Amino acid sequence: MVLNIRTMADYLAKGQMPEYLFWVGCAGSFDDRQKKVTRAFCEILQKAEISYAILGTEESCTGDPARRTGNEFLFQMQAMTNIEVLNMYQVKKIVTACPHCFNTLKNEYPSLGGTYDVIHHTELLAQLLKEGKIEIEEEREEIAFHDSCYLGRGNGIYEAPREIISELQKDLKELKSCRTKGLCCGAGGAQVFKEPEPGAMDVQVKRTEEIIESGVKKVAIACPFCMVMIQDGLNKTGHDKDIQVVDLAELVQKAMK
Amino acid sequence: MTYFFQFLFIALLASMSYLIAMRFKGIIATIRLSQPIQLSDQPAERWKRVFLLAFGQKKMFQKPFVGLMHFLIYIGFVLINAEILEIILDGILGTHRLFAPFLGSLYPLLLNFFELLAGGVFIACLVFFARRGIFKVQRLQPEKHSELKGFPIQDAYTILIIECVLMAALWTMNAADAILQSRAVEHYYEVGSFIVSRNLIPFLNAYSTETLYVMERVAWWFHIAGILGFALYVTYSKHLHIFFAFPAAYYSSLKSSAYIPSLSTVTHEVKLMLGQSVSGEAAPTSLRFGAKDVMDLNWKNLLDAYSCTECGRCTDQCPANQTGKLLSPRKIMMDTRDRLEEVGVILSKNKGEFVDDGQSLLDKISGEELRACTTCQACVEACPMELSPLNIILELRRYQIMEMSDAPAAWNSMFSNIETNQAPWKFNPSDRMNWTKS
Repeated sequence: MVLNIRTMADYLAKGQMPEYLFWVGCAGSFDDRQKKVTRAFCEILQKAEISYAILGTEESCTGDPARRTGNEFLFQMQAMTNIEVLNMYQVKKIVTACPHCFNTLKNEYPSLGGTYDVIHHTELLAQLLKEGKIEIEEEREEIAFHDSCYLGRGNGIYEAPREIISELQKDLKELKSCRTKGLCCGAGGAQVFKEPEPGAMDVQVKRTEEIIESGVKKVAIACPFCMVMIQDGLNKTGHDKDIQVVDLAELVQKAMK
Repeated sequence: MTYFFQFLFIALLASMSYLIAMRFKGIIATIRLSQPIQLSDQPAERWKRVFLLAFGQKKMFQKPFVGLMHFLIYIGFVLINAEILEIILDGILGTHRLFAPFLGSLYPLLLNFFELLAGGVFIACLVFFARRGIFKVQRLQPEKHSELKGFPIQDAYTILIIECVLMAALWTMNAADAILQSRAVEHYYEVGSFIVSRNLIPFLNAYSTETLYVMERVAWWFHIAGILGFALYVTYSKHLHIFFAFPAAYYSSLKSSAYIPSLSTVTHEVKLMLGQSVSGEAAPTSLRFGAKDVMDLNWKNLLDAYSCTECGRCTDQCPANQTGKLLSPRKIMMDTRDRLEEVGVILSKNKGEFVDDGQSLLDKISGEELRACTTCQACVEACPMELSPLNIILELRRYQIMEMSDAPAAWNSMFSNIETNQAPWKFNPSDRMNWTKS
């Protein structure tokens, strides 16, 4: 599919306003694996005829990793700069494929002057599927879902990802630790940007062991950092050939007619 | 003679009440040193939390068996203590079973009920004993979790023993009482024998009336002195949650567990740096970013530390702890409480003024522990009282990063990448849209 991606500046130049701002996020913009997820999500939006725009080069890190390390200065610098841009474009609705950007934009920007209606891409995808805006071809397969901390515990989004899997007529295999007890992938709190502290094993390996135990051939995630960590866990345990990690957007895009 | 015992009782009651009140005063004084936080919004929602989490123990029932056992102790504690009112009045007035004539046939019914509740408490305590000592539930083992070594594990067993002994005293008292009634001893009002303690009667019947009288009196005194002593002990113990669970539930955060509040001192500086208006905003008074010591934390953090009963569900669910890292969220709570107790001693020695002792909370919690946290909120989710070790960790991290500049090199690179490239990695910001092309 040829993607027709426009920026907020493009819209503004024509005096138009898209329904959604798609906040791509740093991983979605720069990480080679996650770029595929970003494109898959854009294909779905285009197919479902959702009007959306990105900020393009005007987008900047939300500041989430800085805030989680304790660097409140850097976080607030990022937040306030981003809020200036978002408010300038009079953004109302934001959709993002990153639970960390999602949490920051939704929960932490309001107190600094940036209040938007923020949804995660799994919520939008579940809604589009339920409304029949996306037609799919069934392909039955067993699939596990790994709950992201910032989606599940952080924001109570447990159902949307599962609804996507059931709308796609796939069989969900719940992992041993799931939903409120979902085990972290090990990336959060800016862990992904440094070596882990000394310990007996890596968190991602522990999480991956549960995925291996479940016996699935495919595990769905909904977070770019879970993607990195679970893939790393599979590589380290030698299961990178027999278990595939996919983002839910990729799953929908693949099933899309 | 009765006057002597009445006097003794009033002296005991008054002195213990005084000591307990002083302890609470000391605890509240340490909490008052803290930073402000607004947690009084949405009272209806907060009361709902008190009923669900504290009275209803909703989250305890996520483990149904343990939840039920805990509920037995809790309901026993609350209801049997209704009897204390009678005991206290008896003690002051020199009467015996003051309420019996007023309550008539309801009285034995109530006492039977209390005795059954006491049985529930006794059984639940034995179960908890077994879980710690025989079945070796991992999160309760000092061999697995070093923060439990020493006082904390002694404390845990002490509580269980005291509760069992208090219940035994209650039954002994009632059994001896029942025999004394049957022997028509003066003062022993005819109320009959009760459901649990009547099983002790055959063992006690052989004793003389004098011995039984002494036994009943000793059990009575032991029971009330035990309860008063226990109430004082509780203020030093992890068992303090029996009082603090209620305010902790009321003031628990209604926001997402992933939400981190903005540091207003930083907001002021950042606005100045970005040339935004700060008119009408007071310049920050606190010069410290983040928390080095307990008084830099907010009062809810400190209330949390006093409320924690060291059950270790947080540590059990912590991914860092599960993978052998130094971090234990329970230890964060215990260290905070330990530091608060130290601060309390300083306050009481210096007429309520805090005098710097050259120590701080960061002397107890290492950078390695703080850096191991993935901020996954599993600890907050696991806590039956919704206490937040995560909040404390994040405040300490703020101090560690902003005041001590103590960050691993990889984090410093990440910071400078965000500053110069607008992304945590070293990519050219003008390449941000490259993904649209391929």
